[in-house]
Amino acid sequence: MSLPFLLEIGTEEIPDWMIPNALENLRLLFEKLEIPHESVTMDATPRRLVLRADGLAERQADREERVMGPAKSAPAQAVAGFARKQGLKPEDLSIAATPKGEYYSFLKRVEGRRTVDILAEALPSLILSIYFPKTMYWTAKGGPRFIRPIRWMVALLGEAIVPFEIAGVQAGALTSGHRRLGAREIAVTTADYERRLRDHYVILSSEERRNKIRSELAGLRVKPDAALLETLVYITEYPTAIAGSFDAQFLELPQEVLVTVMRHHQKYFSVEDERGNLAPHFVAVMNIDRDPEGFVRRGNERVLRARFNDARFFWETDQKKKLAERKQDLAHVTFQAKLGSYLDKAERMAALALDLGGDEHAVRAARLAKCDLTTELVKEFTELQGVVGGLYARAQGEPEAVWQAIYDHYKPESMDDAIPRHRTAQIVALADKIDTLRGCFRVGLIPTGSRDPFALRRAAQGVVKILVEGGIELPLRDLLEENQALIDFFADRVKFYFKDYRGFQYDEINAAMAAGWSNLVDLQSRLARIQSLRPTPDFEPLAASFKRIRNILEQAKFSGQGAPLDESLLEAGPEQELYQEYRRIAGQPIENVISRLRPKVDLFFDKVLVNAPDARVRQNRLTLLGTLLAEFSTMADFSEIVTNS
Amino acid sequence: MQSFQEIVFKLKQYWAERGCIIQEPYDIEVGAGTMVAETFLRVLGAKPYRVAYVQPSRRPADGRYGDNPNRLYKHQQLQVILKPAPADAIEQYLGSLEAIGIDLRQHDIKFEEDNWEAPTLGAWGIGWQVMLDGLEITQFTYFQQCGGIDLEVVPAELTYGLERLAAFLQVKDSVYDIVWTEGFSYGDVRYLDELQYSVYNFEMADIATLWKLFDLHEGEAARLLQAYDAKSPDKRRFPLLPAYDQVLKCSNLFNTLDSRGAISVTERVGVIQRVRKLAVGVAQAWVDQQQEQAAEVAP
Repeated sequence: MSLPFLLEIGTEEIPDWMIPNALENLRLLFEKLEIPHESVTMDATPRRLVLRADGLAERQADREERVMGPAKSAPAQAVAGFARKQGLKPEDLSIAATPKGEYYSFLKRVEGRRTVDILAEALPSLILSIYFPKTMYWTAKGGPRFIRPIRWMVALLGEAIVPFEIAGVQAGALTSGHRRLGAREIAVTTADYERRLRDHYVILSSEERRNKIRSELAGLRVKPDAALLETLVYITEYPTAIAGSFDAQFLELPQEVLVTVMRHHQKYFSVEDERGNLAPHFVAVMNIDRDPEGFVRRGNERVLRARFNDARFFWETDQKKKLAERKQDLAHVTFQAKLGSYLDKAERMAALALDLGGDEHAVRAARLAKCDLTTELVKEFTELQGVVGGLYARAQGEPEAVWQAIYDHYKPESMDDAIPRHRTAQIVALADKIDTLRGCFRVGLIPTGSRDPFALRRAAQGVVKILVEGGIELPLRDLLEENQALIDFFADRVKFYFKDYRGFQYDEINAAMAAGWSNLVDLQSRLARIQSLRPTPDFEPLAASFKRIRNILEQAKFSGQGAPLDESLLEAGPEQELYQEYRRIAGQPIENVISRLRPKVDLFFDKVLVNAPDARVRQNRLTLLGTLLAEFSTMADFSEIVTNS
Repeated sequence: MQSFQEIVFKLKQYWAERGCIIQEPYDIEVGAGTMVAETFLRVLGAKPYRVAYVQPSRRPADGRYGDNPNRLYKHQQLQVILKPAPADAIEQYLGSLEAIGIDLRQHDIKFEEDNWEAPTLGAWGIGWQVMLDGLEITQFTYFQQCGGIDLEVVPAELTYGLERLAAFLQVKDSVYDIVWTEGFSYGDVRYLDELQYSVYNFEMADIATLWKLFDLHEGEAARLLQAYDAKSPDKRRFPLLPAYDQVLKCSNLFNTLDSRGAISVTERVGVIQRVRKLAVGVAQAWVDQQQEQAAEVAP
């Protein structure tokens, strides 16, 4: 008989952003049980993680297991004893041949376990091993840990309850509805579960909640915001969108400020007018079905009004003191205890901007970039640092290049974020990040494992992205103060960028970086060349030969410092031919010559013994190989390429 | 319309009916109801406790001379501790909102992730900010650690912002317009507080004096902690509660110095560490002292 399985873990409100990963993790843990089944579907709301599977057997298949007894040579008494212990007669036993000899044995039939028993045994630890970034205990010290307290559990296999317990909660057949629109206890079956929840104002499917919100937003000219939509899908069980308005006079404030208040602080969508400008409206998503009296709309409007009033107050107060006049105030804002104040940092940034080839706009922007840290608006909306400085600089008549550089200087904030918009802004952003990295590494604040309180990985990643995507050919290595830990740290970030973000193979990256990585623009173009060479038929065999050459040179402790190549010592045939080929192709890009070079190399290794008895000949051959290797190693160290041959 | 004090009465009544001791505010200045010994020390150890109290909470840096409609130097928190946290803690909390007349089928209530942390107390917990129609009205926390100690049993802490709740219920855009009781607005009762303390905290507090006071209170707390002897047969008499008062004094002085702009960011970390060290010291001694008492009571 084929049975459906339903597992619902009922909790208090789980942080929205953790839910999709938790569900995926729950699915994997369930698959690992290896209970044969047909489909699995996963669903969640803030208060429940749900797994439903179809086609589970009532019990697992029987299987046979061979039980080994005494050796064939054992006395009859021992054989009889073995048989008796297994509840058999000696004649029921058979002889099994093993590598160690022949033994008495028999095939024991092991009855398949009932699926419900397997589940009841496995589920408690399975549930508690779902991965969450941060967990809590809620009963007593040493008690179970989960993301939030577990308050009920539904576990049904067909019509039967799968009996188990976690933290005093028994699995059963009772779910719970919406906190206020539904009943606290609702009896369900695997068949009516989703429908019963709907009756009690819980839309189980995230897709359906998403679609409900989307359809209610349609026609409202809402600024698309996929991340906000996902948040709202997972903080509601019964989402309903409502539109509200605010006083149009607030539109005098910068859009960035208004949108930040609406989006980050209130989780509202902002609305545009027909020309794409911000309109004095917003859309909130409630966790109830309707707002006939307008209570929720008016409540949200009042909250927004208060927040906008605050923002306007800060905006106006801050304008009383120009950014440039705030520079001295930075002396009182510590950047880091051992690295001085933000005033010190601003001066270092300005000097660095100059070193990086920045013009006077870049230097001025570097000096002013951190001044917004002393403004009320940034103290209130820290996520707007930089942006606010840029806005104030614009309002205070700074040149476009300057205010834009201030505005952009925290960019890119992630791998998917854009780099600063122009060269001046890129230089300022580089100066900021490189200064932070140098300083932190100098005083030993080096990230370890997941601990990276100064977000140095992100800073270094930003440097790499700006240099590559901005096409800036600066010698990165020269900027790292010969600090080996910082150089290694950057090497990892460069690898990460080209591998995880740009999709190059790790061995291609190793090969290209071995030939130098100070100029990341150049590194990128060499990587692109390797990538296009790789599928050609001569590439991997030649890479294998280069690896062989490298090994030979290493074994011979060849330093390349010895006598120059002596043509007269070259043996006629493959060795001479390889040398002549080398003479012809030297200085040309490898793409043009690879098909001619490869057969000569192959032939050389096929016919010529490098380790010749005559020391001079041997040394000369090593020199030939060393020269050849050096010729192409300016592009990449091909011996790093992982080959199948 | 319910007045401010009626809201407070009803909430106290609600929690009294659920077995809470109704305490009165503590008489030393604090930044939050959590800092009062009724929470800070009572959550330690395994002994059950249920308490609710209004605690005026001082945040010197939040003062706005009585000008800002939403920001206050001193606001009133209703602090509820349910130890151990009952399985229906959230339901009980929602019931309290209904007790003050909020029909939750017609209002939007959301629990948004917000893990609470108080570095000066070595305390943190897991929880939410509770949003009512977009307004944060309560912090709901399951304590995990206090005084740097993992808690034996997990309490639920509810902290209601009473001004916000009252402004919501009375539909006021400014806290100063809240009706405290008939004939008296919140502004009538509290405006001068806000004005004068803002002037003191931002302009007139004497930095050298405050530092001196800080050092004195710190010294007194440290002296007492030094004198606590875990092996003394008489340790039950030992004045840990007065020692903790000294820590509270330090904490408020730190906040005042901070609002006065007298603490650089570098110093900040160091001063927080000094207060934390004392708070953790009291918490550890308290756990020790409580254990001894439990043993004495046992037959």
